[in-house]
Amino acid sequence: MNKKPAIQEFIKGLWDENPVLVQLLGLCPTLAVTSTAENGLAMGLAATFVLVCSSLLVSMFRKVIPSQVRIAAFIVIIATFVTIADRFLAAFVPDISKSLGPFIPLIIVNCMILGRQEAFASKNGIWRSLLDALGMGTGFTLTLLVLSSIREILGAGTWFGLTLFSGEYAWGVMALAPGAFITLGCLIAAANLINERRKA
Amino acid sequence: MNNTAKIIIVLTIITIISGGVLAVLDAYTKPRIDAYQNKLKNEAVAQVLPGGVKTDVIEKGDKLIYEATKNGTVVGYAFQVSGGGYQSELVIMVGVTADFSEIIGTKMIAQVETPGLGTKIEDDPSKKDDPGWFMNQFKGVRTVPAISYVKNAKPSKATEIEAITGATISSAAVVDILNNGIKEAKALLNK
Repeated sequence: MNKKPAIQEFIKGLWDENPVLVQLLGLCPTLAVTSTAENGLAMGLAATFVLVCSSLLVSMFRKVIPSQVRIAAFIVIIATFVTIADRFLAAFVPDISKSLGPFIPLIIVNCMILGRQEAFASKNGIWRSLLDALGMGTGFTLTLLVLSSIREILGAGTWFGLTLFSGEYAWGVMALAPGAFITLGCLIAAANLINERRKA
Repeated sequence: MNNTAKIIIVLTIITIISGGVLAVLDAYTKPRIDAYQNKLKNEAVAQVLPGGVKTDVIEKGDKLIYEATKNGTVVGYAFQVSGGGYQSELVIMVGVTADFSEIIGTKMIAQVETPGLGTKIEDDPSKKDDPGWFMNQFKGVRTVPAISYVKNAKPSKATEIEAITGATISSAAVVDILNNGIKEAKALLNK
């Protein structure tokens, strides 16, 4: 039984157990869709939606799902919510859906989501699982927002589509894969540095 | 309860509910998604044909060919062509003159080629004043005997276009798809 106050389950996802910077989960979509802030935000919100809904259901039925087939059950639940998110995006914001491309369906295999089901939602009550999912999702979204903002501003001179300075002075590599890796690496290094100072 | 039975029952229930929810969702979102796809297609058709034309759809099996007429005379046709690219299916909307001998315009509808290389066939960020230069090349290109490409050189014939450096396979695929698709549409209309 957890002795932590419930609100800690939410807060830990924001920094101490940040899924991207600390747990290094879900890095594939993190690198791929963060070329613009709009895409990073959309991916973060979609993944959070899937995580919250899946955690709720898995936690609700954790005593009913037999252990031998729990992964299969988690995947079906996750895939259902991802499909819901994908169809909604395609129907209501088709331009964003088109630019996110195959990465929305790929949320199904985002290890952050399956990871939280296995590590937490399948072993904890509904309220705590909800807070855990919200915390992880929010941490994920905020990290993606920061990463994609850096990449969009430096790589294209825009932020959420608004031009800040002429694209001519932009550092093009930021918008491509190498820029993603470099920026993410720097963010993780910065997070580690901050955490080390905090412990000292 | 027998564990195997429990496994079968739980998984069956989960998947039935999942299937049911998604079927309802599909029925609800399909009209909007189809409407958007149609809007994109109509915009693409308008883009590859000259202005001020009236378009009618000709159905040949499952292929749609758009006939463009101005004051009663046919001035061109627009249709979708597709085929394999380097690592994805390429879907292109092409507009040709009434005798299929010249391309009026092209528009890339769908491609998922290698980012930064193959994707240059649709958007080349290195050419800031004309990022869509590759597809724009096809305007006015003659189709007979066949469209071809050259590498690292300026096209010298009316049927030639320049391939993208580092994306030869994607470029060649576009040329092949256009050649085959135009020939096919031409045959369908018995021209």
